[in-house]
Amino acid sequence: MHELSIAMSIVELAQEEAERRDVTVDAVHLELGPLSGVVADALLFSYEMACNGTRLEGSRLVIKQIPIEVFCPACKTQKILSSMQWFCCPECGTPTSEIIHGKELLVTALEVRDECRTAPLGSA
Amino acid sequence: MSAEPRLLEVRKNILKQNDVVARMLRERFRGQGTFVVSLVSSPGAGKTAFLERTLTLLHPHYRVAALVGDLATENDAVRLARSQAPVKQITTGTLCHLEAAMVDHALAGWDIGELDFLFIENVGNLVCPSSYDLGENLRLVLLSVTEGEDKPLKYPTIFNSADVAVITKMDLAEVVEFDEESMKANIQAVRPGMRHFTVSAKTGAGLPEYLQFLTARLAELTQKTSV
Repeated sequence: MHELSIAMSIVELAQEEAERRDVTVDAVHLELGPLSGVVADALLFSYEMACNGTRLEGSRLVIKQIPIEVFCPACKTQKILSSMQWFCCPECGTPTSEIIHGKELLVTALEVRDECRTAPLGSA
Repeated sequence: MSAEPRLLEVRKNILKQNDVVARMLRERFRGQGTFVVSLVSSPGAGKTAFLERTLTLLHPHYRVAALVGDLATENDAVRLARSQAPVKQITTGTLCHLEAAMVDHALAGWDIGELDFLFIENVGNLVCPSSYDLGENLRLVLLSVTEGEDKPLKYPTIFNSADVAVITKMDLAEVVEFDEESMKANIQAVRPGMRHFTVSAKTGAGLPEYLQFLTARLAELTQKTSV
């Protein structure tokens, strides 16, 4: 279970961006491949804990699962695998370990709002 | 002032920090002509016994050392030190895997240039170590004959992060009715083209082929470095 340390890295990364741009983060968008070795459910669970006490508290983690895509040397094209137990072209059956997608563990975007200034007008 | 939500594109790799350290380590190892091998497996697959034999057999002919990760104890380091090779323990506490920075930190005080081979034994775990590059040249995934032939199908991710599979405890193969062909087929299903060795740390069977493979890889590396 290394998802908590991964979740903490995500929060840290998003926090840095938020501070640098002076924004509030509503959601973090993540691309996750099955070959990253990270489990989506465990990550979602850990994310909430990792956010506690940070400026990301209450934000959401939106995970886009990326399928495994390999290059088939016989068909000479990219194919999406239906099972990670069978690294063969789904059409012609040629074995292949040329992985193009599926290892992603990537923050792609942040849903943000500009920081609200709560101080009343004129008080500055 | 009401703040409108908007989408900010970022595209940042989460493990970038680890990957940066791993890349730095890999360049350093290459520059020094040190061939680095890491070992991953489930707990009890025989990593330490296998590594102890490896170190003992290589030690008279090559300059070898090992780093060994463990959650809590130093037992493995004590066992490996019997090979006479320098060994350092990395105690990870509750962490279930090694990270590149831990390797970097553990190497402080060691002259890498003095080494032909450095072995890194990861924490026994077939899940978490797959996410972390340690800067190694070769990652071995070990699985013992007692674990069941379908292990590769259960942990395809770790097999895809490794380069070579080592089937251990072959001395027990007959007792547990180990089906080598089925294990081989399962390895090939999750990682076509993956090379494998069958060994027994107890009897020494299969170790010469594996050591020959390692020394050939070291020769390749030093050839490249000296060009």
